[in-house]
Amino acid sequence: MSKFVLDFEKPIIELEQKIEEMRRFANSGGVDLSEEIKNLENKVEELKKNIYSNLTRWQKVQIARHPDRPYPLDYIYLMMNDFVELHGDRYFGDDKAMIGGFARLDNRTVMVIGTQKGRDTKSNLYRNFGMPHPEGYRKALRLMKLAEKFNKPVITLIDTPGAYPGIGAEERGQAEAIAKNLFEMARLQVPIIVVIIGEGASGGALGIGVGDRVLMLEHAWYSVIAPESCSSILWRSWDYKEQAAEQLKLTAQDLIKLGVIDRIVPEPLGGAHRDHKEAARILREILIEELEALSNIKPKKLVEMRIEKYRKMGFWEE
Amino acid sequence: MSWFKRLTKNISGERKELPEGLWTKCEGCGEIIHRSQLELNLWTCHKCNYHFRINSYDYINILIDKGTFKEIDKKIRSVDVLNFVDTKPYKERLKEAMKKTGLNEAIVTGLGKMNGISVVIGVMDFRFIGGSMGSVVGEKVARAIEKAYKTKNPLIIVSSSGGARMMESALSLMQMAKTAAMLTKLAEARIPYISVLTDPTTGGVTASYAMLGDINIAEPGALIGFAGPRVIKQATGKDLPEGFQRAEFLLEHGFIDLIVHRKELKNKLVQILKLLLEK
Ligand SMILES: [Zn+2]
Repeated sequence: MSKFVLDFEKPIIELEQKIEEMRRFANSGGVDLSEEIKNLENKVEELKKNIYSNLTRWQKVQIARHPDRPYPLDYIYLMMNDFVELHGDRYFGDDKAMIGGFARLDNRTVMVIGTQKGRDTKSNLYRNFGMPHPEGYRKALRLMKLAEKFNKPVITLIDTPGAYPGIGAEERGQAEAIAKNLFEMARLQVPIIVVIIGEGASGGALGIGVGDRVLMLEHAWYSVIAPESCSSILWRSWDYKEQAAEQLKLTAQDLIKLGVIDRIVPEPLGGAHRDHKEAARILREILIEELEALSNIKPKKLVEMRIEKYRKMGFWEE
Repeated sequence: MSWFKRLTKNISGERKELPEGLWTKCEGCGEIIHRSQLELNLWTCHKCNYHFRINSYDYINILIDKGTFKEIDKKIRSVDVLNFVDTKPYKERLKEAMKKTGLNEAIVTGLGKMNGISVVIGVMDFRFIGGSMGSVVGEKVARAIEKAYKTKNPLIIVSSSGGARMMESALSLMQMAKTAAMLTKLAEARIPYISVLTDPTTGGVTASYAMLGDINIAEPGALIGFAGPRVIKQATGKDLPEGFQRAEFLLEHGFIDLIVHRKELKNKLVQILKLLLEK
C-alpha cells in the first residue's frame, strides 16, 4: 500500500509481500497454497499485534507523522456528508493550514475544523506543513462563533507540528490569536469535541484544542513541545529526540493517566495509515456517541463544567 | 531610539540578570552605574533607559503600597509527576531554583494596595527556571484570578517567562487553557485585568494570560512573542528585522496598549484603575 515504511514496520511489510507473491504464484500455476497463505496471514496478524502494542514513545511519534496517515479532510469525507468548506478570517486572509466548515455527521449538522497537512512537497507548501499562522486561529474562531450562533456543536481535528514560527506570524500576533482562542473556546455556548488525530504540538495544537471532551487516537502524540525541539533546548543537541519523547510522556496512554485527555480512540491494527476507512469508521462511531452525550446539557452548565475541568488540571503539593 | 542599537547585538534575548556588587555595567549603553543610582532609578539606566531584569519582590515593592502586601498560596510547590530527567532531574532543578531564588515557584501572588486601591497581584520571576509555567504557576494564577473574582478587586499580573515548562509537558500546556478559562469568569464579572509584560515574555505565557489583559502594558525594550527569535531564525533562515519582537514592535503592530517606563508604571496603573473603577 505504501512506499514509506518505518523501520519497525519492515517485518510486517516483508511478510505481506511474501503472501502477495505466493498468491500470484498459486494463481498462475494452479497450485493450492491456501494453507500456507493462511498460516502466514495469521503470522502477520500476530506480528502486528506484537509490534503495535509494544511501541516506544518515539515510534509512536513516527507513526503519528507517517505521510500516509489520514488528515482532517480525509476523515471529514469518510465520516461526514455535505461538507461545505468555509474560508477566511475576515481580517487578513485564508490560512490553508486550517480548514473548516459545516457538515452532516449522522443526523446532525456540525462545525468541523482541523489543521491540515499536505501529502507531497507541493501540497505541503500549500498547507504550510500543517502549521497555522494567526489568521488560521482567527479563522477557526470565526467558524466556532458561527457554530455557536446557529447552535451547532464543534468538532476539531488536530494534526500539527505547531503554530508557524515566522516573522509574519509574530507581526500578526500568533500569541494573541492562540490566547484569544483559549479564552473564547472556554466559554463557547455549544459542545466542543477535540480529537488529536496525529501530532499535537504545543500551543499550536491547543489553539483549537479546548473542549468538553478531548479524544486522542491510539498512536497520536500531544505535548508542550516536539521531542526534537525539546532535545535541542534541554540537551543542547538534536540527538536526544528518543529520550525527549520518553521524558515528555506524550502518548495517549500516558495522557489519559494524567487527566489531560478523556478518551483514547483505537486505531485499526497496524495504525490509521494502513486503513483510512476503518480508522474513520471507528472515530465516526465514537463522535456520534460523544455528541449524543453532550447534546442534552444546557449551555450554561456545559461551560461551567468545561471551565471546571480545566480548573483542575495539573499536580502540586502544599 | 538609542536602545535599538543594542537590540541588534542582542537579538537572542539573553540579557544578564542584575549582578551583585557596587558597580554595574549597563547592558544597553555600557555606562558604569553605581548601585545606589540604579536603585534610585528602579533598576533602569539613567542614560539609555535600559530596563534591567528584576525579581518578583522588587516589583511588588515598586508597585504596592508599603506594608500592604499579603502574599497568598506561598507554600504551594511543584511535584515531578512525570519523573522528568534531561541532563539533570527536574527534582534537582527545582531544588536549585528554590535555593537560588528563595522562592517556591516562578510567581509570587497576593493582595495589596496601590495608592490605596485594593488589587490582587501576581509577579513572575524569571530566575526560577526561566520563569516557566508548570502546574504551580498555572494554579497560582488561577487562584489569583479566583481571589480577584471573589474580592471584586482588579487583577494585575506582571509576566516574565520563557513559556510553558517542558519538564511538566502536557500538564504545563494545560495551564494555558486553565488560566485563560478562569479569565473568562473575571471578564464576565467585569473585573479589570491589566497585564504587564516585561523582558522577556514568550511562548505559552504570552499565548495565554499575558496577552489577555483588558489592557496590555509593556516595559520599554521588553522581548515579547510566541516563538523565540532563535527558533524563528532557524525555521525561516531569514535575518530578523531590527527591533523584532520588542515592546515597540508589538505596540506598532497593535498588540499592546502602551509602553510605560518602570519609574512611571505604578502611577500609570493607578491612573487606569481609577478611570475604570470610578464613576
Ligand atoms: Zn544604559
